[in-house]
Amino acid sequence: MSFWRSAGFWINVLLVAIGGAVVLLIHQDTLRETVFTILMFVILASSLNIIMGLTGYVNFGHIVFFGLGGYFGFFLLSQLGWPLYLCMIAGGALSVVIALVVGAAVLRLRGAYFALATIGINEAARAFVANFAPFGGATGLYVNFSAYNAYGGSSKALWWIFTLLWIVTIITVVVCYLVKHSRFGLGLIAIREDEDAAMVMGVKTPWAKTAAFALSAFFPALVGTLYFFKNGNVEPEDAFRFQLSLEILVMVMLGGKGYVLGPIIGALAYERLRGVLLVSPLFKNLHLALSGAILLLIVLFMPGGLVGWVRDRLPRLRRWLE
Amino acid sequence: MILQVKNVSKQFGGLQALNDVSFELSEGRILGLIGPNGAGKTTLFNTINGVFAPTQGQIVFRGEDVTGQPAYNMARRGLARAHQVVRPLSDLTVHENVMVGACFGREGLGLRQAARRAEEALSRVGLIERAEQPAGSLNVAQKKRLEMARALAAQPYLILLDEVLAGLNPSEITAMMATIRAIREQGATIFMIEHVMQAIMSISDHIIVLDYGSLIASGPPQEVANNQKVIEAYLGDPRLTERLMAE
Repeated sequence: MSFWRSAGFWINVLLVAIGGAVVLLIHQDTLRETVFTILMFVILASSLNIIMGLTGYVNFGHIVFFGLGGYFGFFLLSQLGWPLYLCMIAGGALSVVIALVVGAAVLRLRGAYFALATIGINEAARAFVANFAPFGGATGLYVNFSAYNAYGGSSKALWWIFTLLWIVTIITVVVCYLVKHSRFGLGLIAIREDEDAAMVMGVKTPWAKTAAFALSAFFPALVGTLYFFKNGNVEPEDAFRFQLSLEILVMVMLGGKGYVLGPIIGALAYERLRGVLLVSPLFKNLHLALSGAILLLIVLFMPGGLVGWVRDRLPRLRRWLE
Repeated sequence: MILQVKNVSKQFGGLQALNDVSFELSEGRILGLIGPNGAGKTTLFNTINGVFAPTQGQIVFRGEDVTGQPAYNMARRGLARAHQVVRPLSDLTVHENVMVGACFGREGLGLRQAARRAEEALSRVGLIERAEQPAGSLNVAQKKRLEMARALAAQPYLILLDEVLAGLNPSEITAMMATIRAIREQGATIFMIEHVMQAIMSISDHIIVLDYGSLIASGPPQEVANNQKVIEAYLGDPRLTERLMAE
């Protein structure tokens, strides 16, 4: 592997690494909250990109892994008192197992049928959790405030959570890059382009699709655990936000599906745009309508997203924008 | 025997696409498959290839029963295929397309070796200067060559060629025929469907003929060409033509 000699690799990694490092240096609370949201979006969009951008399976219910994995991680943390990083990994593991089981069944569907099924999965998960007593049912779970003491009080804990999120973001981006430039990734792209032809060429499509789905499910669970721990509570309405699921999809499309850089740029651009819209008196109730319009415009006029658009116009930059 | 097809039938609902087809193919040969449109030629390829399982019968590849094996397992066992309707992975470059064949074919190469193998395959089919172009931008003749290169890069024991000459002009056909002969020289066995009669008659060692899903003839090209049943099925009834001409 020679990824460390590739300009595209470093641009992706340094973008998120420096972004987070600057926040840690400046050490300002409001900036941290903003960048927390951006990094969270980067992870969610980048992981969605594995199944949607590389494999070509549009997943409307990606947030289900954030919700379920996060719920499980938060449960271990708040009810059983496990340490945070173990809770993250356990949440991720549960998410992967669920994706393997669900994926083996749902990935038999193609195109619109798969997309529809993913909406159903998210709604089913929300309904299940809202009625599942160990997870607190509809009211959810709370963390005892003393839990933050283990990290030196709530203020320090918030910085610690941010640092973990930053590390997870870097790992996510590195993994996405490595997957895209691996033999496994080549198989996924072959599936995206023509699944039947890929199968005839020897790509073990059922296995590859399920593996991609499981991998994409791992990272949202880590974010979920961190996000709920930061908030101090978790409830079904907050964990399985279908709206957020759609927004992640818009980020991937906006930045450029199939490129590692795409979801990073898309998450950043979307978060900024949303920030502007939410405070403007004219658009504050319309920001979802506007993201719908953006999605429509991208699909129609810029199917490669921002990154794809630039790559088409400036072929010389292709080596840098991967 | 590299391939044995034993009493294979395939039904789609009420349609009998293949009816009790049996034949054998020995190593290093070129077997031609001809027949009118809708005779079941591509269906036969699909059942051998594992795209779908036969309703009845057995397929033996290199001594092993592979009936009902999925297509990706057949590819790994050393069976490659070039499609009649070309199926390039359009967003990938020509080179990457062929790498998919090398990575997931018989040898399952790693990326770096696959890249080298893909270059060799592209030179063999004369597409090397287009390696970095997106596959979607090729013309039909080039896409056929790409199909061929992808199949070759897998280093298969047996290659199924589904009308690789269709839609090509005479000079392209000559070039493609030379490529096919070269592949055979390197030890691969070839099983091909073709409508370009002159080509398949000259290149095949043996020819089998399908009509309405049944094998109606089998033999050396010259013998098959003069077989009355084949002429009727394929070219129409010659006496009928004569009668109509006379009237």
